[in-house]
Amino acid sequence: MTCDDAEILVHALIDGELDAGHAREVEAHLAGCARCTDATRDYREMRKAIAQGGLRYAAPPELRRRIEASLPQAEAPTRRAVLKGFAMGSAVSAIAASGLFAVLLRGDDEQRLQTAFVSAHLRSLQAGHLTDVVSTDQHTVKPWFNGRLDVSPPVIDLGPQGFTLVGGRLDYIDGRPVGAVIYRRRQHVINLFVAQGASSEPRAASMETLQGFNIRRWSDRGLDYWAISDLAKEELATFGEKFEAATRAAG
Amino acid sequence: MPVKTVDNDPERARRFRELALPHLDDVYTFARYLLRDAGDAEDAVQECYLRALKHFDSYRGPAIKPWLFAILRNVCHAEYARRASAPGTGADELPEDAERTPMWHEAQETPEARLVKQHDAGTIRRLIAGLAEPFRETFVLREIENLSYREIADVAEVPVGTVMSRLARARAMLRSAWLAEQEPKK
Repeated sequence: MTCDDAEILVHALIDGELDAGHAREVEAHLAGCARCTDATRDYREMRKAIAQGGLRYAAPPELRRRIEASLPQAEAPTRRAVLKGFAMGSAVSAIAASGLFAVLLRGDDEQRLQTAFVSAHLRSLQAGHLTDVVSTDQHTVKPWFNGRLDVSPPVIDLGPQGFTLVGGRLDYIDGRPVGAVIYRRRQHVINLFVAQGASSEPRAASMETLQGFNIRRWSDRGLDYWAISDLAKEELATFGEKFEAATRAAG
Repeated sequence: MPVKTVDNDPERARRFRELALPHLDDVYTFARYLLRDAGDAEDAVQECYLRALKHFDSYRGPAIKPWLFAILRNVCHAEYARRASAPGTGADELPEDAERTPMWHEAQETPEARLVKQHDAGTIRRLIAGLAEPFRETFVLREIENLSYREIADVAEVPVGTVMSRLARARAMLRSAWLAEQEPKK
């Protein structure tokens, strides 16, 4: 393989778009060519720097509102659809029932926020976006948020309960910095978003479904929580209950 | 018989909302890099969503993101045309032979011993903004929007081979600019 070929193909190699045969050929060329090796090393470094974030833009809230407003009959069908989702759920538990109440009362803001949280969850699942700080140790993840947020999200080890702490991340939702604590159960990712609440009133948990993701939402001691995952509702409810119990136990 | 206008179908609007709105940040990010202007990007994104809703019936899946990007790209090209015809504005001009220029011109000027250093997000954004349009577009779709080569080819309406050569050129140019940026200021 010549340098000219390699200069194109190393990119497909870096991006994981190359089949095994060509990948071997490119790697064989790199093994014998310092110039292409140096370039490839730089490309990987640049790629890493770019993936580390800060390069994306958040759509201005005003733009989101304008687009929302241009969609026909924005609210009514969405509520009906959510209700339908509940009715079709395997069991309408007490939690779902209280969630129903929240759905009926919920304003546009709440709905917009949910969409934003689902977007953030989807974004986090893309390669290299899940965590800013990777650690299974709550004493590493919790201090990481210091100085990055105006609140201190509780970071709780739920390993014994079957939810593995993976790390933390800083996200921007609706133009505000929001902490995300990431857990994993089997192959499922749970993003637990924590933000300063509008009031210090505790709010009982509600469960909703948006785009196939379950969202458990609650407020406690001035903090708002949204747990989002593709886990089944029952399991996500368990996660929320364990988390709430653990924060209460921690005082 | 009354004809139901598709734009007022609430079920259709709901589906559109649930599929398309979560990608608003992605579409806006792409628009910012394509147009390099916050106000123009907002206008383009709004126009993109209007068109997307209008043509939602032509969306066949599976991934809606590339479909939205393709619409946004068309909107942006209309904006380029407007800028080019407006007197006194610098349209994004690409030399005719840019795609044919061998890329090792850039790479060769690079002293081998230096390593690329970290830059802050603002600097990296500026370096990306310095790339000519077809390269910037390909680069942003790959590195920031995480599209596959096949998806980029569909959005940009070019063969996958062209995506590969543009991406190679984009990264080579960015590497030169990146290294030049870390030169001590004279």
